Amino acid sequence: MTLSDENAANIVAGTTQDHVSGNDSPKTYLDSNELIINMGPQHPATHGVLRVILKLDGERVLGTECVIGYLHRGVEKIAENRTYAMFNPYVDRMDYVAAVSNGLGYCEAVEKLLNVEAPARAKYIRVILAELNRIASHQLWLGTHALDIGAMTPLFYTFRDREEILKIFEKYCGARLTTHAFRIGGCLYETYAGFEKEVKNFVKFVTPKIDEYEALLTGNRIWMERTKNVGVISGPDCIALGVTGPVLRASGVQWDVRKAQPYAAYSEFEFEIPVGTTGDTYDRYLVRMSEMRQSLRIIEQAVNGLPEGPIMAKVPKVIKPPVGEIYHSIESPKGELGYFIVSDGTTQPYRLRVRPPSFVNLQALDVMVRGLLVADVVAVIGTIDIVLGEVDR
Amino acid sequence: MARTMAVNYGSQTMAEEIKPPVLLSSSAQKTGGETSAAKAASGKAATAKNPEGPVPIPWAAPLVEKYRSQYGSGLEAQTYLGQNYVTVDSSLIPNFLRQLRDDEQFDYCVDITAVHYPKREKQFEVIWILYSFARNERLRVKVHIADGASLPSSVSIWSSTNWLEREVFDMFGIQFVGHPNMTRILLPEGWKGHPLRKDYGILQQDQEWVQINLGIESGQ
Repeated sequence: MTLSDENAANIVAGTTQDHVSGNDSPKTYLDSNELIINMGPQHPATHGVLRVILKLDGERVLGTECVIGYLHRGVEKIAENRTYAMFNPYVDRMDYVAAVSNGLGYCEAVEKLLNVEAPARAKYIRVILAELNRIASHQLWLGTHALDIGAMTPLFYTFRDREEILKIFEKYCGARLTTHAFRIGGCLYETYAGFEKEVKNFVKFVTPKIDEYEALLTGNRIWMERTKNVGVISGPDCIALGVTGPVLRASGVQWDVRKAQPYAAYSEFEFEIPVGTTGDTYDRYLVRMSEMRQSLRIIEQAVNGLPEGPIMAKVPKVIKPPVGEIYHSIESPKGELGYFIVSDGTTQPYRLRVRPPSFVNLQALDVMVRGLLVADVVAVIGTIDIVLGEVDR
Repeated sequence: MARTMAVNYGSQTMAEEIKPPVLLSSSAQKTGGETSAAKAASGKAATAKNPEGPVPIPWAAPLVEKYRSQYGSGLEAQTYLGQNYVTVDSSLIPNFLRQLRDDEQFDYCVDITAVHYPKREKQFEVIWILYSFARNERLRVKVHIADGASLPSSVSIWSSTNWLEREVFDMFGIQFVGHPNMTRILLPEGWKGHPLRKDYGILQQDQEWVQINLGIESGQ
C-alpha cells in the first residue's frame, strides 16, 4: 500500500494518526470543517432535557458545552416559602429515581438543626430503604446506560427486578417513586406486616440477578469495546472538579460519605467501598455493580438487626429550629448530596441550598469526552449517571 | 382557598431580617446583654419569639491561630453544632482560599452559595463549603459583601467552582471577576432579576409572564 492509500484508509476509518497519538503535527489529509451540532434537549440518550452543544471535527469531539436549566423549578426559592415539613415532599422531585435518599438527607439536616436524633429503629428503616433505593437507582442506570450503548436486553432485566423494590416502597408508604417516606424526627410509618420477610426475600431474589446482569455485560466483547478506555478521568481531576460518588471511586479514590462521615446507622454495618483503577466507563460500571452487592450486605445486616422501639423522636408540632445554620451531606446513589440550611428561628427556612451531585458531576463531561467520537458522548453521559431533575432543581 | 394561600406565601417572601447567625465576639456580648435586658423588662417575650438554641462559640485550632497571626482581625473563626466556619474580609479572597487548598489540603470545594440579608449594610454572605480528604474535615469560609460588589473567581483554584459561581451569579447577581464564562446557568439569558434575592417577588414575576406571553390574567 502506498502512503496516500494509507491516508485514505485512515480517513475512512476516522482514525488518523495525529488524533490517536495526540500530537499536534500538521494534518496530512484533507482537513474537515469544524462542525457545531446540538445534542438534545430532546434526545433519548441525554436522559432528560439536557442540551449538549458539540464542537466536532468529523466524528471527533473537540469540545462541549452543556445547556441546562430546562427543568428548573426553583426548589430553593420554594423552600423559603414553605415550612420545614411542607418542603419535605419537594426534595423527592429532585433526584426522582432516588427520592428516599433525598428525603433522608433533608430530614437529617433539619434534625441536626433542631438538635434531635431519630430513634435507632427509624435509623435502621431509613438505611434499609435508602439502600434499596440505591439498588433501584443503579438498576435504572444500568438498564438505560446499556440501552444507550446498544444492548437492549439488560433494560428488561433491570426494570423487572427494580419493580420488586418499588413494590416494597409502595407497601411501606403508598408511593413508588416520590416516596416521602421519612419525616423530620424519624419515620411516620411503622413497617408493615411481613416487611422484614419481604426484604430478605428480595435480597435472596436479586443476588443471582446481579450476576445475571454481569453475565450479559462484563465479558461481552461489544460492551468492553464500547466502554473500556472511554471517558477516562483521573482521581486528581475528579477531586478538582468536585466529582463524587461512583465516578470518583472508579478513578481510584476510596471515599464514601457513609464511611468518611457516617450518618444514620451506617457506622454499625460492615461494608466495603469498591474502587476502580483506570477511571473509564467500564470501571464505573464495575464499581456500581459491586456497590449493589455491598448495598445488599447492608440491607441484610440492617434487617437482621432491626431494633424494637419507637420510630419517631420527640419533635415539636411546629418545627422552629433555633437561629443557626447547618450543612449536612449524605451519599446519594449519584454522589455527595448536601443540604445547607439557614434558620432564622421561624417556621420556614431562611435559606435552603441543595448541593446536587448530578449538577457538579455533569461539569466533568467536557473533560471526559474531549477527543472521543460522537457515539462515545452517549456512553459518557450515561456513565456519569445524571438525573436532570437534580441538575436543574 | 388555593388563591388565598398563594397570596399568603407571596407576602412572606420579604422575610424579616434576622440577627446574623455569625456572632462576632463583641456583638455576642451585646446580644447577650440585650436578651437579659429584654427578659428583665417583659417576662418571656424574647424566648417565645426565638427558640433558644446553641450559640456559635469561638473555634480554636492550629489552623486558625496560624492565619490569625497572619491576617489579624480580618479573620473570625467560629463553630456551631460542631461545624467550623471562618469569616474573612472579602479582600482576603482568593488568596486565603488558595492557601487553604495548598497549605491545609482543602482540595475539594464542595459548594459555593450565598445568603441574602437585605437589611444589612453588606447584604450578601457568600459561603464556600470546603472539604479535605486528608484531614476528613469540613470547613466553611464566609465573606460579607455589599450589593453590587464583586468577588474574585476561584476557578483557578478549584475547577469545580465554574458552574457553582455561575449559579450564584444567576440566583443572586453576584459577579465573580475572572470567571471564564460569567453568564446565567439555570435561567434563560433574558431573565429579569435574580430569584434568590429576598426582594424578588415570585407572584409579580408570574403575573407579568402570563400577561406578556399568554395575554390573560394570571390565576395566582
